[in-house]
Amino acid sequence: MGKKIIELKNIYKRFGDFTAIDGINLYINEGEFLTLLGPSGCGKTTTLRIIGGFEQPDEGDVLFEGVRINDVPAHKRPLNTVFQKYALFPHLTVGENVAFGPTIRKISPDIIQKDVKKYLEIVNLEGYEDRDVSTLSGGQQQRVAIARALINKPRVLLLDEPLGALDLKLRKDMQDELKTMHKDVGITFVYVTHDQEEALTLSDTVVVMNNGRILQIGTPVDIYNEPNNAFVAYFIGESNIIHNSIMVKDKLVNIDGVDFNCVDTGFGQNTPVDVVVRPEDVVLVPADKADLKGIVTLVTFKGVHYEIWVEGPTFEWKVHSTLPQTVGDELGITVDPYNIHVMKHEPLEIPSEETAVEV
Amino acid sequence: MKKLLKKLYIFLILLFLYAPIIVLIVYSFNASKSRAVWQGFSLTWYQQLFTDSKILSALETTFLIALIASVVATVLGTFAAMGMMKMKKKTFETVRTITYIPVLNPDIVTGVSLMMLFAFIGIELGFVSMLLAHITFCTPYVIISVLPKLYQLDMSVYEAAQDLGAKPFYALRKTIIPQLMPGIVTGFLLSFTLSVDDFVISYFTTGGHVENLSMIVFSMARKGVNPKINAVSALLFVTVMILLLIVNKRELSSKKHAAKNKDTLLNREKQIIKYRRNEGK
Amino acid sequence: MSKRRFAFPYLIWMTIFIVVPLFLIFFYAFTDNASGKTLFTLEHVKAIFQPLYLKVIGRSFYMSLIATLVCFVMGYPAAMILASKDFSQKNTMLILIVLPMWMNFLLRTYSWLSLLENEGLINRFLVSIGLGQVQLMYNNFAVILGMVYNFLPFMILPIYSVLVKIDKSVVEAAKDLGANGARVFLRIIFPLSMPGVVSGITMTFMPALSTFVISRLLSGGKITLIGNIIEQQFTITGDWGLGSALSLLLMVLIFISMIFINKYGDESVGAGGLL
Ligand SMILES: Nc1ncnc2c1ncn2[C@@H]1O[C@H](COP(=O)(O)OP(=O)(O)O)[C@@H](O)[C@H]1O
Ligand SMILES: [Mg+2]
Repeated sequence: MGKKIIELKNIYKRFGDFTAIDGINLYINEGEFLTLLGPSGCGKTTTLRIIGGFEQPDEGDVLFEGVRINDVPAHKRPLNTVFQKYALFPHLTVGENVAFGPTIRKISPDIIQKDVKKYLEIVNLEGYEDRDVSTLSGGQQQRVAIARALINKPRVLLLDEPLGALDLKLRKDMQDELKTMHKDVGITFVYVTHDQEEALTLSDTVVVMNNGRILQIGTPVDIYNEPNNAFVAYFIGESNIIHNSIMVKDKLVNIDGVDFNCVDTGFGQNTPVDVVVRPEDVVLVPADKADLKGIVTLVTFKGVHYEIWVEGPTFEWKVHSTLPQTVGDELGITVDPYNIHVMKHEPLEIPSEETAVEV
Repeated sequence: MKKLLKKLYIFLILLFLYAPIIVLIVYSFNASKSRAVWQGFSLTWYQQLFTDSKILSALETTFLIALIASVVATVLGTFAAMGMMKMKKKTFETVRTITYIPVLNPDIVTGVSLMMLFAFIGIELGFVSMLLAHITFCTPYVIISVLPKLYQLDMSVYEAAQDLGAKPFYALRKTIIPQLMPGIVTGFLLSFTLSVDDFVISYFTTGGHVENLSMIVFSMARKGVNPKINAVSALLFVTVMILLLIVNKRELSSKKHAAKNKDTLLNREKQIIKYRRNEGK
Repeated sequence: MSKRRFAFPYLIWMTIFIVVPLFLIFFYAFTDNASGKTLFTLEHVKAIFQPLYLKVIGRSFYMSLIATLVCFVMGYPAAMILASKDFSQKNTMLILIVLPMWMNFLLRTYSWLSLLENEGLINRFLVSIGLGQVQLMYNNFAVILGMVYNFLPFMILPIYSVLVKIDKSVVEAAKDLGANGARVFLRIIFPLSMPGVVSGITMTFMPALSTFVISRLLSGGKITLIGNIIEQQFTITGDWGLGSALSLLLMVLIFISMIFINKYGDESVGAGGLL
């Protein structure tokens, strides 16, 4: 990864009494695919708009290659945006939409024509120059919006939930295409989504946000395997989050009433902690082979695996396993020490509709 | 700075729009007949107004015609709209297009064509001809107001009512009419206002000594400024304001969403603009 | 139960009072019964093309065009300001702009008399600051002023209603692609507001073209427009043939402008579409 291309320093943004961005610090490396991930309303779009120059931060600095650009208007920033709802110019054809940027920059018509062709090819829309944008499907409009941005060869491409309005199948296809495009054009992508799967699939770096704050920055693997706190764990993938756990001492944690060996240290002795265990990390064994026992309450086949709910003494465990179990059976529950994630105890703020489609 | 300029510009536009009206009203209270000189506050012109038999009879004509015309237009138009919904598409389109003709035509054309009609079928120009003309130009507005409500109509209640043993007419009165009521009332008020306001069509379709207020204003204004007209204007202006407030209040209380309320007056204006494309309607 | 018959009374009414009068206009415009017999003729239509009437038609077009242009120049910025998101009290302002339209059209026109007359307020002001009296009435200026005054809101509102509907992210997209304020306006906002402009122009031009009251009151009958000629044919001269032919001309113009609005205008503002 290259050098820092964009830096946000201590950014605050308020709308009236409401603090939308509550002190954000973030840097983006040249060439990376960085995703802002968080529930609807957490401030992702606002952050992106501050980078794009459509919103002024109340406090803090936006740096581009180390230079403060707070006062540079949007049309002069070397960035381009793919808007949430495409924002194509309805009175222009596909070709004219894509040519908009270069035309403004007074590039010669021959070159523009060639470029338009080239970028329409990149987004798989060759030959669509003269089409009316209103005749395009959602996915095609999205491609036009991307081509319209890419043709300007921006240093950074900002994408605000570009796939939000597409149906599932198309979304998956477009995810692959975006990934390929990112590799091919080699520019920095800053991507916004509330879909954790999309974020994990596409990104080099994921930034998890909630309530205008950044909770964790890391690679998809880090974020998934080592969530910083219960919210991240909750938001990223399915988890068993056991709130009433107690750190007995270093490398020993009491979960659901039973002591488990773990790898975490430094929490002190007999401290309340949150413990996160991924469902696929729970291993079910015969009842006499484990200290923690539970009764199987529900078994559902999920295609690749079975989802099994096991009622322990104080907690109902969600388990993913390729083997089915029988409801009513008593089983033992074990977890390998390195699969137990211990984190500071904090009240969990679960977003009401964490995957609600944004309006 | 930029904001201030914007405010200033809008202020100037409003000044342009309101200055003449304000001057008009202020001078209706002037003691002198001269418009130019202010000679103290007085209600002379209002007194004269209410003793001027010509103006009083014009007032009577105006409101009598407006009342009858809007009632007839409302009944005629509401039933027309209900009937139109049951027509075949082609017939419906034809009727709708013809209905729009008085709305779109310049008033002068509607006026003279009706004048020729009355001559052709031998109706003497006067109160009756003017009333017929007013019903004619009001009915389309009722139809236009009621049709959208019919599109949104929930027919299942009507059928349910009949299913529960209601006679068709009773079911109609209890289920359909309430749903159409907002459109019907809008159509009625629109008709009433347009009728009170009309000059051009009345001008061509009346005769004898039957005159409405607008016509009195026209014949007086032709001879120059007359403070009595100022007094009439002031009264009409206030009346229209009150009517508008009532219409708006009615809408405010009939709609639940607070956010929408702000715009009701506005939307009404916009709607009316759609129809009031010609002068003097 | 077929409810279709509910429409029957109106259908009869419509036929007598809308269709027949329309037919009468055609009838009188294309027939003559000077010799006691009703005969087809093109004389009335031809009469329109006499220099005398051509001049009036030309003048009507000229004055309505100027009035429309002035309305546009005054109205577009006003609509833009009202549509801008940071403009406070925009609803109140909009209502204030629309409100005068509720006042009787005759009274609105009349109200300018007290300002424009030789003894009127404006002239008294000019005299008092030593500029002397100016002839403000009885000329083209007064009539155009009257048209602008009466029809300005008809220009502002359709343009406003199109402008507020423009997706603000489209404007941001243009900025994002490097367009400065002027470019955003010329390439995005103005083209996108065309439907409102077309509606606004038609809604000011047509009534200005067909008026006879404004010219009558503010020019004291000195300036004759198409509307005045039609009025004279029906109230004084009694030449219904010519009056009908001229009415037909107005109808043709309305028809053309309707086609225009339906094609380029904003349907929600134009009356072509049904609500
Ligand atoms: N222009 C604005 N005025 C007032 N509140 C705003 C504005 N823009 C965003 N907000 C608020 O800021 C919060 C964050 O918004 P946003 O950045 O759009 O969230 P996200 O994109 O993560 O869903 C939301 O609660 C939203 O209501
Ligand atoms: Mg968003």
